Amino acid sequence: VFGAGGGTSSYREAEDADLLVLWGSNAREAHPIFFHHVLKGLRNGARMYAVDPRRTSSAQWADAWLGIHVGSDISLANAIGNEIIAAGLVNDAFIKRATTGFEEYAKTVSAYPLERAERDTGVPADLIRRLAHDYARADRAQICWTLGITEHHNAADNVLALINLALLTGHVGRYGSGLVPLRGQNNVQGGGDMGAIPNKLTGFQDIETNADARSRFGKAYGVTIPPKRGMHLSQMFEAMEEGELTAAYVIGENPLRSEADTNRASKLLEGLEHLVVQDIFLTDTARVADVVLPGTASWCEAEGTVTNSERRVQRVRKALEPPAGARDDIEIISELARRLGTDWGHPTSEDLWNELRALSPMHRGMSYEKIERLGGIQWPCPDDESTGTLFLHARLWEEDPVKRGAPAPFFAVQQEDPLDELTPEYPIRLTTGRRLDSYNTGVQSGEYATPLRGPETLNLSPEDAGRLGFAEGEVAQVSSRRGSLTVPVHVDTTLRAGLAFMTLHFPEQVETNVLTLDAWDPKSGTAEFKATAIRVDKLPEAI
Amino acid sequence: MDIRLGAKVPATEEERAAIASVLGPPETGWDGGQRQAADGHVAFGGHAARARRHLLIPVLHAVQDRIGWISPGALDHICERLTVPPAEAYGVASFYGLFRTTPSPGAVVHVCDDLACQVGGAEALCERMSRRFGAEGTPSAFNGAGVTWLRSPCLGQCDRGSAALIQRAGREPSRIGLAPADPDQIWQALLAGPPASGAGRPLVPQLESTGSRTVRLLRRVGQVDPESLGSYRAAGGYEMLRRAVGLGPQGVLREVRDAKLLGRGGAAFPTAVKWEAVAANPVRPHYVVCNADESEPGTFKDRVLMEEDPYALVEAITIMGYACGAEQGYIYIRGEYPLAEARLRDAVSQARARGFLGEDVMGAGFGFDIDVRRGAGAYIAGEETALINSIEGKRAEPRNKPPFPAQSGLFGKPTAINNVETLLSVLEILRIGGPAFAALGTDGSTGTRLFCLSGCVERPGLYEHEFGITLREVIEAAGGISGGRPLRAVLLGGAAGSFVGPSALDTPLTFEAMRAIGATLGSGVVLVLDDTVDVVGLLRRISQFFRDESCGQCVPCRVGTVRQEEVLARMTRGAPFGSVEQELALLEDIGAVTRDASICGLGQTAVSAVQSAVRLGLVGSVES
Repeated sequence: VFGAGGGTSSYREAEDADLLVLWGSNAREAHPIFFHHVLKGLRNGARMYAVDPRRTSSAQWADAWLGIHVGSDISLANAIGNEIIAAGLVNDAFIKRATTGFEEYAKTVSAYPLERAERDTGVPADLIRRLAHDYARADRAQICWTLGITEHHNAADNVLALINLALLTGHVGRYGSGLVPLRGQNNVQGGGDMGAIPNKLTGFQDIETNADARSRFGKAYGVTIPPKRGMHLSQMFEAMEEGELTAAYVIGENPLRSEADTNRASKLLEGLEHLVVQDIFLTDTARVADVVLPGTASWCEAEGTVTNSERRVQRVRKALEPPAGARDDIEIISELARRLGTDWGHPTSEDLWNELRALSPMHRGMSYEKIERLGGIQWPCPDDESTGTLFLHARLWEEDPVKRGAPAPFFAVQQEDPLDELTPEYPIRLTTGRRLDSYNTGVQSGEYATPLRGPETLNLSPEDAGRLGFAEGEVAQVSSRRGSLTVPVHVDTTLRAGLAFMTLHFPEQVETNVLTLDAWDPKSGTAEFKATAIRVDKLPEAI
Repeated sequence: MDIRLGAKVPATEEERAAIASVLGPPETGWDGGQRQAADGHVAFGGHAARARRHLLIPVLHAVQDRIGWISPGALDHICERLTVPPAEAYGVASFYGLFRTTPSPGAVVHVCDDLACQVGGAEALCERMSRRFGAEGTPSAFNGAGVTWLRSPCLGQCDRGSAALIQRAGREPSRIGLAPADPDQIWQALLAGPPASGAGRPLVPQLESTGSRTVRLLRRVGQVDPESLGSYRAAGGYEMLRRAVGLGPQGVLREVRDAKLLGRGGAAFPTAVKWEAVAANPVRPHYVVCNADESEPGTFKDRVLMEEDPYALVEAITIMGYACGAEQGYIYIRGEYPLAEARLRDAVSQARARGFLGEDVMGAGFGFDIDVRRGAGAYIAGEETALINSIEGKRAEPRNKPPFPAQSGLFGKPTAINNVETLLSVLEILRIGGPAFAALGTDGSTGTRLFCLSGCVERPGLYEHEFGITLREVIEAAGGISGGRPLRAVLLGGAAGSFVGPSALDTPLTFEAMRAIGATLGSGVVLVLDDTVDVVGLLRRISQFFRDESCGQCVPCRVGTVRQEEVLARMTRGAPFGSVEQELALLEDIGAVTRDASICGLGQTAVSAVQSAVRLGLVGSVES
């Protein structure tokens, strides 16, 4: 909507906000660093709403928790928008000056009265109204979200529905207000910034529409850049299925475990003509590879930078020599290039960073020396004078239309239910998430012991466990339309009847993604990990 | 809120009922009630839930009173009701001496073996308690229920001989203070409840012996019915509040400033400075707090005032709230004062019923109300910032200052906090006017002062004298040394005070004269010791007291108080490390560090009594 993919606000703004809405984000466990800032904000008097199907440990900090049905986010967001409009709480000055498409948005959300949202989400209309009014009336309000918003088949629509609320109320482009997507690792943002997105060159320059950028990159690299986007992960797997994609070079990723519908992912990866995996561990994906290139642990065995969720580029310094046989990732890639016939020499990480600065305007002012001196710099930092940007889109508030630039459009979106329907045969909604002590498929976190970590379980509400006759720890047969597995039951009071929860941290114990649906969002390429229809049965021998 | 409950045995119905008696019944499955369908979609918490944290200590009291101890299950249920992590709630419950976190008999007898009672025969009483009830701390059977007894720091009954407090749990819990106490009487009280009052010593011997009507703060003690607002008003009650409203808040502040009133709690800080700082602070709301956590060994003045003239305190704190722009006041009273607490609570509710508290006090257009909070057995809670933490439902650990309470006190808001005697002095200031009050006493110490006479005097008790009176005169007013024996020393100001010898008898008991001889008036303790008293035993009791009562938060105090006790123990055994001189030098070192580096008054004064005794040659001389 705004032109670049990044959180609009700095972490520290959460400390000075008046209202925080955590929407589909268990930041307490998944983003503990950001949550420290949230806690400071709460201490400073900020109020917090949590929107989440589960009453997570984050939601337990909230003034009010809205326990929505999985996948009813757009209905809720649209109803909030409609209520804000109906109550006359819109920021009309901002809408007029800095946005387009309000009329159509208003028309769309008029089909979402509070009663409908109550029906769709299960949350009482009164509470939805309260959230709408508090959000609109707050001087500084932020909406923070994570995978609860984006791991759906309509992920991009979910995000747009939230952005619409910020446009409606002017909660963007000002200190303390903003839209804060939380990234799952220290450098997810950095990956996007560097151009690891199918349609973007480095620095979020569009490969299809930005001819100027194409020619600059082309000139620097001595090639012609075609105006053609690449594939995202879900498309790659479809291309593998259709035999169009026959070789893959996987760096620091474990798709065999992390993709939805593990059975299918595993079959496709194993069926490739050639698979190269570059990683610091012999992951399950690496086990099926033709070639494995041992890389370095980028946080301690290599020089470079990372960029966190507040767009802050930070230096990473080498502290240890990598073990024998492992090589720096830059070295591996350069060597690969050399053997493919292009000699790049032996660039250092700083050489590459300076190349980036020459090509990406938003990074231009960030020398290694300056990053070090300022303790990290938030992009954009376009020149030597700039010390970075605390929050984005301040331009939208400019008086001068030239400085204000292109207005931000409303994108009206409609509620769509999860694709994996609940039926009498598959009556329970399984959603997935993370735990404080573990990370994704456990490649990095599984090595470390922690007293917090128990075995993987299927978390069931007390009501469902009681109805189905499961005691704590009893092993259950869990089935979806795609697969089936066995796992011990944990009775979890943060769940309501009909809602179940698992993580993907322990694939060697429980392959949760055997169950999940690989339906993906055409706009973002993200799979619907958050909404699977399952049934839970007693083990055959227990019957 | 990161609450991990793990008690193996959940709270019993009885425990849940005790908790609900303070918090009301739980409303949803999220706060420990029955799970309802709506709980799956809605929960409230956050600021509203955390704002109830200050109820933690009242709830712990409710469980302790009903059950006799706080079980892990009860603690878990409290935690889910108040959204407090169990580790933190346990930290609070285990901090205070009157809460027990292990299974305990329903009745516990606390026997005072502190300074004045030591002089009055506490060891003999403990010996008899052991014979009757078994060794200290061991449960014994009593009438089908359990009872145990424990040694206790000062119970504030120092004028009456060895004191005891019975803490009894049950559906109708009771706390009974007895002084003088003996095992038979305790047995009787366990069977039949408190003995009829009225016997015992005169409340204010000064009035009886001389017929003097010159007392000011004590004027109504024994003269009014402490349980009757009407009686208080007939004796001139609430006229000062009317006068205060006539003067306006600025006028009240002016009178207090003109009176040059210094705080009577021990630190002698100008009261007007505190009040003006709070009144002028733009941050709202303001709070006023009365520190009635009188725990300095040897002190009982506030107890007498609250037991016999509770409305005066209620009126005085109302005036304080009016002057400081506060609508809520707190009286924090120590848990060892059941009678004073009951009378205060009664006075507050009667005053509220008659419009002297509430949204529109006396129809004068300002709102004010009072919450009475019971302490739970912690000397350190008398330190003002520790007391504030305790009201907030935390461990009574002092805060770093600055910020001072006038900037950031209770709940982080501007707070004025004063001792009971200070507040009653304000009533007198309004009665006679600031300048007239300033004309009493000396230039540096205006008005009158309450003295708690105990130990070897003929008529121990509470005395009120105009500042300027000498120590000799104070002792003589109490009938002199009992039995006419020679004076060995006087402990002024309690455990945190200092010893003075016979040479100080003609020193006036004023703030400035005491400072000049390196002593302190403190809380007004005058513990008189004749030549038969075991002074080294008292010093060991003092050092043990501070080691016990140090909150442990800062290192100099936590370690220094232990080291001090160890030195005294070695010297008592006659087995010093190296020489006696070396031990005395070590005491000097410990004293310097503890005094200079502790964050609060407890650590800073924990060494003063021992050091003054060393200077006087009371320890380290031939006999020790």
